[in-house]
Amino acid sequence: MYNKGTIIPGLVIFVLLVTSPIWFNGFKAATPPKPELPPGGEKNCVMPKEYMRDNHMVLLNQWRDSVLREEERVVVTVDGKNYRKGLQMACMQCHSNKEKFCDTCHTYADVNPYCWDCHLTPKEAASKEVTH
Amino acid sequence: MKYAFSFLAVIALILIAGLGSQIPGMQYLFGVVLPYLAIMLFVGGFVYRVMDWAKSPVPFSIPTTCGQGSSLDFIKQDKLECPTTTTEVAGRMFLEIFFFRSLFRNTKSEIHDGPKVTYESSKWLWLFALIFHYSFLVIVLRHMRFFLEPVPFVLSILEGVDSMLQIGQPAMYLTDVFILVGLLFLYGRRLITRHVKYISLNNDYFPLVLIFSIAVTGILMRYFLRTDIDIINIKNLAIGLVTFSPVIGAKIGAIFYIHLFLVCTLLAYFPFSKLMHMGGVFMSPTRNMANNSRSKRHINPWNDPEIKPHSYAGYEDEFREFMVDAGIPVEKELAAAEDKA
Repeated sequence: MYNKGTIIPGLVIFVLLVTSPIWFNGFKAATPPKPELPPGGEKNCVMPKEYMRDNHMVLLNQWRDSVLREEERVVVTVDGKNYRKGLQMACMQCHSNKEKFCDTCHTYADVNPYCWDCHLTPKEAASKEVTH
Repeated sequence: MKYAFSFLAVIALILIAGLGSQIPGMQYLFGVVLPYLAIMLFVGGFVYRVMDWAKSPVPFSIPTTCGQGSSLDFIKQDKLECPTTTTEVAGRMFLEIFFFRSLFRNTKSEIHDGPKVTYESSKWLWLFALIFHYSFLVIVLRHMRFFLEPVPFVLSILEGVDSMLQIGQPAMYLTDVFILVGLLFLYGRRLITRHVKYISLNNDYFPLVLIFSIAVTGILMRYFLRTDIDIINIKNLAIGLVTFSPVIGAKIGAIFYIHLFLVCTLLAYFPFSKLMHMGGVFMSPTRNMANNSRSKRHINPWNDPEIKPHSYAGYEDEFREFMVDAGIPVEKELAAAEDKA
């Protein structure tokens, strides 16, 4: 073998890079997130649980478009209770704790939705009302 | 119709994964066994290929040069095009690996009436190759979020930049568009340019179609076919794979297994294909050698050390009598040589 001095370190770097997730995680299986269920005890969502897991972001985007671009802020009824279409108006009425609900999975999967560029969590909204 | 074969091969792969993963119990094969096999083939095959190259002797000093070599003091050397030191070689290699400098010099030659040959700079290959390779790199790095826990901050920044247009939810990635554009160009080039088409083989078309299908299935999975694509569930599987405790949790959609199977195919195919240029670019003697054969003798490694250099003077010493007998002119006459001796 020729040029051992450069080729072997190069190959070592390559193998370390490819296997870096193994060393980074240190053989410790991650604990999957457990988002908190609505504190109010509500059982039903606007869609079944399985659909919401996969598609809540698609649904929220459709809601955003229909509310902001088509002015269709229709009422969503779940279990006889009426909600106005929207993240704060509907979703967060039950899922009131962003940190314990939204963020658990979003942090785990490193998803950084730009919902919160405009929207406020109920806690933030409350504090805003006090100051203004 | 050699390019049609690649499509057939990839369609067959998609069918295998799409149908196979729906058979109960087969999820473990497609989700755990094959990924492990593929990554082992990739790393093992890659190392084997590089070691194989490292064992091949380079008999001559063969750097390609395209600039003024090191010469007299008042002649300016082109240090990047004709490097003589290791630092200059490193500079040339850096530009080649990160900016594909040799493709920047790509020219198009055409014969016009006359007949007259023209050479014209053609930077399209360079541009789209850069777009494709860098998009692919960013996509691979973005996928690391499924394998690392906690996710490093830099990956979040990369993802933020990639989705900066904030189109739709999940947000559209720029690199998803760029990689398709790059691949379409690289594929189209092989179909449209006559002389490139002539030299293109199945093993040129297949990786392009395969990577294109990987990108398309990834895009479909992210934006369109979201049924049973629960990212948390998928990340659990991915983390499980790299911590050697894989679990197949809830049902995952077929599109995920198709995407994963195509990636496994790419990884397993990689070491046995032209895709090894990833390692080969470092190993190419025409690029990683310094053009210093005038100042430093290049020893052919396969020379037998028992065979000593034989100068002309030594040759004449050995055969002088026979040469004089045969009337061949010699530099030292017989008598003079004997006097000295």
